[in-house]
Amino acid sequence: MQWETVIGLEVHLQLATRSKIFSGSATTFGAEPNTQASAVDLAMPGTLPVLNAQAVRFAVMFGLGIGAHIGRRSVFDRKNYFYPDLPKGYQISQFEAPIVGRGSFEIQLEDGSTRSIGITRAHLEEDAGKSLHEDFHGQTGIDLNRAGTPLLEIVSEPDLRSAAEAVAYLKALHSLVTYLGISDGNMAEGSMRCDINISLRPVGSDTLGTRTEIKNVNSFRFVEKAIRHEFERQAEILEDGGRIVQETRLYDADLDETRPMRSKEVANDYRYFPEPDLLPVVIDEAYIESIRAELPELPTQKRHRFVAQYGLGSYDADVLAATRELADYFEAVAAACGDAKIAANWVQVELLGQLNRGELTLGACPVSAPDLGGLIRRILDNSISGKIAKQVFEAMWQGEGSADQIIEARGLKQMSDSGELEAMVDQVITANAGQVEQYLAADEERRKKLVGFFVGQVMKLSKGQANPQMVNELLAKKLV
Amino acid sequence: MHDKSVAQLIAGLRARQFSSVELNRCFLERIKRLDPALNSFITVDESAVLAAAEAADQRIAAGAAAPLTGIPVAHKDIFCTQGMRTSCGSRMLDNFVPPYDATLISNFRREGAVLLGKTNMDEFAMGSSSESSFYGPVCNPWDTRLVPGGSSGGSAAAVAAMLAPAATGTDTGGSIRQPAAFCGITGIKPTYGRVSRRGMVAFASSLDQAGPMAHSAEDCALLLNCMAGFDPLDSTSSELPVEDYCAGLDHTLAGLRIGLPREYFGAGLEAGTAGCISAALKELEALGATLVEVSLPHSHLTIPAYYVIAPAEASTNLSRFDGVRYGHRCKDPVDLHDLYTRTREEGFGPEVKRRILVGTYALSAGYYDAYYKKAQQVRRLIKQDFSACFEQVDIIAGPTTPGPAFALGAKSDDPVAMYLEDVYTLAVNLAGLPGMSVPAGFVDGRPVGLQLIGRHFGEARLLNIAHRFQQATDWHLRRPPMATGEAS
Repeated sequence: MQWETVIGLEVHLQLATRSKIFSGSATTFGAEPNTQASAVDLAMPGTLPVLNAQAVRFAVMFGLGIGAHIGRRSVFDRKNYFYPDLPKGYQISQFEAPIVGRGSFEIQLEDGSTRSIGITRAHLEEDAGKSLHEDFHGQTGIDLNRAGTPLLEIVSEPDLRSAAEAVAYLKALHSLVTYLGISDGNMAEGSMRCDINISLRPVGSDTLGTRTEIKNVNSFRFVEKAIRHEFERQAEILEDGGRIVQETRLYDADLDETRPMRSKEVANDYRYFPEPDLLPVVIDEAYIESIRAELPELPTQKRHRFVAQYGLGSYDADVLAATRELADYFEAVAAACGDAKIAANWVQVELLGQLNRGELTLGACPVSAPDLGGLIRRILDNSISGKIAKQVFEAMWQGEGSADQIIEARGLKQMSDSGELEAMVDQVITANAGQVEQYLAADEERRKKLVGFFVGQVMKLSKGQANPQMVNELLAKKLV
Repeated sequence: MHDKSVAQLIAGLRARQFSSVELNRCFLERIKRLDPALNSFITVDESAVLAAAEAADQRIAAGAAAPLTGIPVAHKDIFCTQGMRTSCGSRMLDNFVPPYDATLISNFRREGAVLLGKTNMDEFAMGSSSESSFYGPVCNPWDTRLVPGGSSGGSAAAVAAMLAPAATGTDTGGSIRQPAAFCGITGIKPTYGRVSRRGMVAFASSLDQAGPMAHSAEDCALLLNCMAGFDPLDSTSSELPVEDYCAGLDHTLAGLRIGLPREYFGAGLEAGTAGCISAALKELEALGATLVEVSLPHSHLTIPAYYVIAPAEASTNLSRFDGVRYGHRCKDPVDLHDLYTRTREEGFGPEVKRRILVGTYALSAGYYDAYYKKAQQVRRLIKQDFSACFEQVDIIAGPTTPGPAFALGAKSDDPVAMYLEDVYTLAVNLAGLPGMSVPAGFVDGRPVGLQLIGRHFGEARLLNIAHRFQQATDWHLRRPPMATGEAS
């Protein structure tokens, strides 16, 4: 049978606030264990949570970014369960009245098509600490630095239909939240963690199958692998006439498999009830409008603008709009050189190529956008050829200076002096009498091919600096 | 010195009639001598008391004294005190030394008040007799065979026996008012949100409120001035400006309309207590007040609603006591489950366990709507009852408890009988209103308390009424024989 995969994702996004959601402790990643845990984070008796206003602001920014309804009165609840890295014995979360309601946003698939994915809700909650199982001689160490880090849990509708779509969704989400500046989106540090709800149904069916939830998936690649793996597993059971058990499974990246969580790892009854230590969060129109007024241009808007304003293809626009930094870089190059299409090409091919080879981020890029624009200007004004430009770019990357300095220092300026070029053309014609004869005897079709030989000879003679267009014109005049 | 009011002690310190060191020595000596019979204190650190008293004397000498500078104040052992054990009357926290002060404690320290000691209480403030403490029961100074009430029984007994001129307590369902009534002292539970809860070990977060306990309304006003106010670290504390509670103590009671809820004077109220209350109400009438019969029609639902909401909140508030980070931890746990179950089995007493179980049940899937949600709906009805009354009257008055103090052990095996002790006080917490208990007579040598209930943030008016009543009566000046040396 042909199966359709139905996927919904729950993403836990760490918000980039400086302090925790309910205490004043810092949220910096990688500090010595328990050095960023205050009395509140340790759930000392008598301590009380105080809501971080910046976390609320970030949540509202996200809500506006996906065109969602913003809860005018959202309520924090206690989610009760015992675990050593959950100091209070409950997590403060939002259950019945989340801060962000229904919304949606557009994802772009590899074939260039777009799809709108529904967001069911997004709510604020606090992160737990970490249990460390190594280095404690069979005991467990608890690090509460992460406890209380603000999270936005973003729940999608079951709108995704493949691993590729799930990854595209996560990339789009990553792009959106980094555009908004509400998260660093650093997956390696756990800033974006993903739970996958997945079920299968026969193609053409519109009822949902029984789903499983895969927890603990922390990279785009693992999401793809976990979904592929779970698809195989479920399809095999269904093909054999079996039934899927609704359960929570863990993805083990080392073994590349999912396995059911032990029953002890699954809390059945969280006993949610409104958190009496916090008042409901009441948000008014003026607050929402003040945030809306400060929203940056978002990835989808930018992509559409790049297509409309610069005439870029949708794939190019998507690549260049992926991060705010890259988009800004591209626009600066385009402005400096005056030709957006060539700028787009150079940024995507040469710049991203160099960055990838050097495993560098754009922030560490040695060539500034105005400098790259300056290089492209020299191509456009025929000072150098595209081929020479690549050499110049390489030198710029090595820190040898601006395009003009390098062209000057290396004497790479294109030869456009017609007298000088004419002398070279004459020299080539004289030295290759046989080829000239062949050329003159040939028909129009063959001549087009043979002329390349003479151009190549002139270029060789000029060490690549001859203006190819002028050489062509001179040859056309002389070879008669 | 020990028989003086806080107001008189402040005057005496200012006039250099005695120093704070002398004053505090006097109370330390009384604690040493009399407390073995009462067990009202859990922790007293003499050298810390004297150091604080000395600092207070210097401050007074420098002319920089605040109203309470140098005054000894005992604090219920539910308030976190930096560097000093805060046990909450539980084995679970027997070894717990907080790294910070409760906001209330900081407020007293800032004024230069001297922290005299930490008082005994029902374990985690759950009880009405102060018998459930890990540190043993507290006895009533009027008759040591009787309970002092609870859960702030240590504070009430200490003040009544003049082991401290004033103390703090907390009131989740009557825990200031009922022991104040049983021990013949004055106590006020302010409006929910008036006093910061930060650093107060939580029992039921939406009901807990700290307040002062002293001999008179005037002394309570002096303490409340120091305690009340917005705390940015307690999101449920009120931003409403704090009045000077001493300023209006002498206002006339002429024209005051006092509501008497018929439900508070029906079956269940003991005759002796009823007699004291009606005499006290006549006194208030003589001072110019008008008595109006009112009704709180949902009173019969108060106990069921309270005993769902309070245990529900308590069950999760007490989840943090898991043996992982502080407090009691069982010996040699074999695994996580063993660590949790044995730690909590050993650390909590039976009443605490009972409430955790009840609360957990009430919040469970499938029962939440029937219990917790329903109880919250009842809570709204109870609030509405009070709002309706306050359209007709200025305050509500009635008995604090159905009867006077009972014998130690009399109700400890019958939780429901114990819960019924709070039948007149619980609704005030559910509605978040201020309530106080004022000494109003004796039944067979046992004190009786008159309860006054005010509008939200109407503490000043309550204190004013109680003060005028105390100007006209002397119940609050009576002292137990064991504390005056008159006991045989």
